[in-house]
Amino acid sequence: MNDVIYMDNNATTKVAPDVLTAMLPYFSELYGNPSSMHRFGGLVGRALVKAREQVAELLGAEPEEIIFTSCGTESDSTAILSAVRANPDKHHIVTTRVEHPAVKNLAASLQNLTGHKYRVTSLGVDSEGMLDLDEYRKALTDDTALVSVMWANNETGVIFPIAEMASMAREQGILFHTDAVQAVGKIPINLRELEVNFLSLSGHKLHAPKGVGVLYVKKGTPYAPFMIGGHQERGRRGGTENTASIIGLGKACELAGAWMNIENSKVRKLRDKLEEGLLASIPNSILNGHKISRLPNTSNISFEYIEGEAILLHMDQYNICASSGSACTSGSLEPSHVMRAMGVPFTAAHGSIRFSLSVFNTEDEVDLVLEKMPAIIAGLREMSPFWQNRNNS
Amino acid sequence: MWEYTDKVKDHFMNPRNVGEIKDANAVGEVGSLSCGDALKLMLKVDEKEIIVDAKFQTFGCASAIASSSALTEMVKGLPLTEAEKITNEEIADFLGGLPKEKMHCSVMGREALEAAVANYRGVPVPVAEGEVVCECFGVTDLEVKRAIEESHLHSVEDITNFTKAGGGCGKCLDRLQEILDEVTGAKSRIIPMKGPARMTTIQKIKKIEDVLEREIRPALRNDGGDIELIDVDGDMVIVALRGACGGCSRSTTTLKEYVEKTLREQVLDTLVVEEDR
Repeated sequence: MNDVIYMDNNATTKVAPDVLTAMLPYFSELYGNPSSMHRFGGLVGRALVKAREQVAELLGAEPEEIIFTSCGTESDSTAILSAVRANPDKHHIVTTRVEHPAVKNLAASLQNLTGHKYRVTSLGVDSEGMLDLDEYRKALTDDTALVSVMWANNETGVIFPIAEMASMAREQGILFHTDAVQAVGKIPINLRELEVNFLSLSGHKLHAPKGVGVLYVKKGTPYAPFMIGGHQERGRRGGTENTASIIGLGKACELAGAWMNIENSKVRKLRDKLEEGLLASIPNSILNGHKISRLPNTSNISFEYIEGEAILLHMDQYNICASSGSACTSGSLEPSHVMRAMGVPFTAAHGSIRFSLSVFNTEDEVDLVLEKMPAIIAGLREMSPFWQNRNNS
Repeated sequence: MWEYTDKVKDHFMNPRNVGEIKDANAVGEVGSLSCGDALKLMLKVDEKEIIVDAKFQTFGCASAIASSSALTEMVKGLPLTEAEKITNEEIADFLGGLPKEKMHCSVMGREALEAAVANYRGVPVPVAEGEVVCECFGVTDLEVKRAIEESHLHSVEDITNFTKAGGGCGKCLDRLQEILDEVTGAKSRIIPMKGPARMTTIQKIKKIEDVLEREIRPALRNDGGDIELIDVDGDMVIVALRGACGGCSRSTTTLKEYVEKTLREQVLDTLVVEEDR
């Protein structure tokens, strides 16, 4: 699979070669436990200190504010459960209809997990995937324990105004969590300037390996651990550190900082070329999500009257990797909750394809996708009874 | 990634008999855009009731397209009386099997075949009557029972895989378990049923779209506007006003006094029309 054209970077990313090189010694000769008293373990401990600094640097945070976890989902669970435990008298949380399942499903399960009934306000989005800040302001009450809003949406790349939303929560003494799994590394983040209490990130979305994540907890934020065990992470997350992956994540954060310009210039240009080319060459294709307030790497396009899985499998014949919000690929029988929340019509919701690029994509790859897609779409439409009806009427 | 057999892949990548038969005398249409899959099956039946030609048009995933292709290959050359005995299991078997989550695609094939045969004979499409269990996909208890018996289903998950029932909001999962228990537990028992026949969401969508197209849209277009159906959730009909209607200060009046009133008169008197903001 050497010639794979990988445009599914919001699902997961390639481990960067420098990240792999940084990790390898910690799988072989440097296997010590960072908690050990001997110098052999201490070596690994020092490497973790450096990794923590690298992560903090990318986020504009202090190293003490960084907790290493096993994934983005663990970070989300820890933040949300910590916040509701810190506010035992408040039984309301505010989130959105387009969150990742790690937040959406947890919010729905809070009653089972805590024994308290929680009122959950899920803010809707408009047809471009944007929130209404007036609606948000009205949703914040004295009973609100926490706001959890993603920084950028995984399906459309739409960016929410986190700085403003966090300030509004802060004014009312409400804790603020953001799932920034898709945003970190793609847009600049400086947590020193923001009223964000918790931020989740995931290693494998920014060229580090799977199985490692981070929860940022702002100094002074009340905190209760989720994984209870030893003194690791200063007692805030028990369990022996995933040393090699944490060291890889540190390196990946250093690279992400260095690549931020490339992400917002070269990657954005490739994405724009791909998007404009597809919309121009394929009739009845529609961009999903706000055109401007969006990650530089993501483009979600609906091809009307056909179904996403069929499109993806045809693309797979050319080794082109992407994702779809169609029912058949979502694991349920309904199209993605994000497309539904945006009110994308039935004619288009099942045929949405997400392209998500990275610094490793090239212009040749974009050209090849632009060359192959029109025939794939036309071929499937040829077969679709709705396309035929449309042309006959 | 689904594990498809080579035969499924072949019938998906190189579907047989795609297209239309202009003088088809047996046509069956099932599914809808909102369901995520739909199939239009067209057959040409000669005077000896032999199926001499079969073609299809399908909107759907790989297994929906492959099932349609397989079905047309299976029925070509068969007497109608033989063809109508084809079960969804046989369609799946022809393809070397389907992932169990995709069995509903083969069921769609069988339903299209039944509809085409009914169309040829000039009789109404045999609808499994009974009470709607799954409102999201419009599945009745009789259809669920038939699937349990014919395909020997053992779990609610199986029922969803074969009929789609329970694959949407999930509100009917408990009821599906009850039906499963009834059928597998006490087969001989006669089950009382038949509540008031309610309209399924899909029936509603079809009727609403019909009224929009026939009556409402032309009226709005006269004023430079347009309307689009976004979603139907129970009795809530979500629409978007386009064109001149979009920015019109009187759009709420149009929506309630005209659109809602018309839909209530012609589709269902409990409908509530809301604008997608």
